[in-house]
Amino acid sequence: MSRRRTPVLGWNLVGIVLFAVMVFPVFWMVSTAFKSDDEIYSFTPTWFPGHPTLHHFRTAIDRPYFWTDVKNTVIVVLITVAIALVLSFFAALALAKYRFTGRKLFIVLVIGIQMLPPTGLVIPLYVVLARYQEVNKLSGVILVYLTFALPFCVWTLRGFLIGIPKELEEAAMVDGSTRLGAFVRILLPLVAPGLVATSVFAFITSWNEYIFARTLLSSGSTQTITVWLSYFYGGARSVDWGAVMAGSTLISIPVVIFFLLVQRRIAFGLTAGAVRG
Amino acid sequence: MPYALVAPIVVVLGAILGYPVYYLVRLSLEKYGLFELIQHHGTYIGLHNFGSVLHDSVFWHTLLRTVVFTVANVTLTMVLGVLIALLLVRVSTWVRLLVTAGLVLVWSMPPVVAVQVWSWMTNVQNGILNYLLTELHVGNFFQHNWYLTTFSQYSMVTTLIVWGALPFVAITVYAALSQVPHELVEAAQIDGARAWRVLKDVTLPVLTPVLLILTSLSIIWDFGVFTQPYLLIGPGQQTTSNYLMSVYLYVEGYGQTNFGRGAAISILMLAIVAAMSVVYVRRMLRVGEEQ
Repeated sequence: MSRRRTPVLGWNLVGIVLFAVMVFPVFWMVSTAFKSDDEIYSFTPTWFPGHPTLHHFRTAIDRPYFWTDVKNTVIVVLITVAIALVLSFFAALALAKYRFTGRKLFIVLVIGIQMLPPTGLVIPLYVVLARYQEVNKLSGVILVYLTFALPFCVWTLRGFLIGIPKELEEAAMVDGSTRLGAFVRILLPLVAPGLVATSVFAFITSWNEYIFARTLLSSGSTQTITVWLSYFYGGARSVDWGAVMAGSTLISIPVVIFFLLVQRRIAFGLTAGAVRG
Repeated sequence: MPYALVAPIVVVLGAILGYPVYYLVRLSLEKYGLFELIQHHGTYIGLHNFGSVLHDSVFWHTLLRTVVFTVANVTLTMVLGVLIALLLVRVSTWVRLLVTAGLVLVWSMPPVVAVQVWSWMTNVQNGILNYLLTELHVGNFFQHNWYLTTFSQYSMVTTLIVWGALPFVAITVYAALSQVPHELVEAAQIDGARAWRVLKDVTLPVLTPVLLILTSLSIIWDFGVFTQPYLLIGPGQQTTSNYLMSVYLYVEGYGQTNFGRGAAISILMLAIVAAMSVVYVRRMLRVGEEQ
């Protein structure tokens, strides 16, 4: 096997180049955000900021509606996740622990809805919400986000619940606990990591959502943060790229942190079972 | 008992999804514009919207463009993703950890943020892409505008989408690769099988189900993609000569407040996607039934 020593070095080199290429856009965003305007608009770019400055972050935060839109986003995301989690937990429990007529149909719906391209529903959702005066209100957006968060949460939670052995649950009931007691004392602690992972992932998708937020929320003070960023183009003639990159960095930070926390647990939700099959 | 657990979600989904879907069908059969939106009442016109869309060459051109775009993006994503996964098997542990960390970082970038970073990197005046290509002697890209022709616009959109989709594909395929039995590979090698034969006859059969699912998911996602082309090319630069399906229905339906026509396009698009989803849904249904 000594033959294999040299190729590994070569492959490692390819790996490092790949890493550099893939990460470059993220690096470039952060690097630009900290540079001075002179460096940003120089014709010979510098890789790292010569004199790191927070100027662009201040510009981004001081732009109209930054904090209002952050607040809107947090409200929408938290309410969506809370409602989705409670409703989908019970449905996931039913899917994981019971066989019932209509189960198959329910699974098809849960998976099928996740496959719908969101744009396909923009028109009817807009018209229906306009009809009930829910356009330009956060409540309308929450309702829309629920349609996409619910099926996702049901399917992922089901995966976590299946992993829990039935015997544990039964043992608790033999000990004289009621079904509810067994649930609270045995099932809940076991499924807690799954609940956290699912809610974080629902959090990220709602935080990143763009098309419905743009369509349903038309004024600056009711927008979400992705729409705020999409409208972010400096002055009339030139774009303030430093500030755009600073804003981009700020918006990514919570998502990146949360994503790194749960990526491992959730990554295979979409393809779960395929590997084993 | 299971019905009581499922009931709340069924009621909620029925209200917030079932009702709009019913409305989608109704709108597609009505003349429904801004006036009707204010009146809350459309005029029934039968299949007129469908007829007008299907007789519009823009629809067919957009469909063709979207199919070509999807094929290009899915092929690039799958081929590069599998190559990265195969690379991850061959490198040292620390390089594997480094590359995986990079992939996860890329995976976590919000699409709207990625679009902004792309428009900055491909900027006419100070974009780093033009600088690098010129420095590397690929050609003279000084002040090159990447958004002049449809093909050039979509090359940029494609790099953006493939870049964002690679981590999911690469990491999932790598996870599947680690399930390939070691003994089997070694046995094949001892029997004198070449690397290519091992890949084709031992590794690929294990990968097939995963590749099938990843490909169908990618097809569905890329066919319906909206945010990246709409924002990177620019909301004001969307024309009949560069529409993708999602953008087409958004501009014609919502942008021009022709909701009836938009609903008809939506239904046609949803029907195409539903047909493409069959493979994925059936596979997942089997997963659900097994347990």
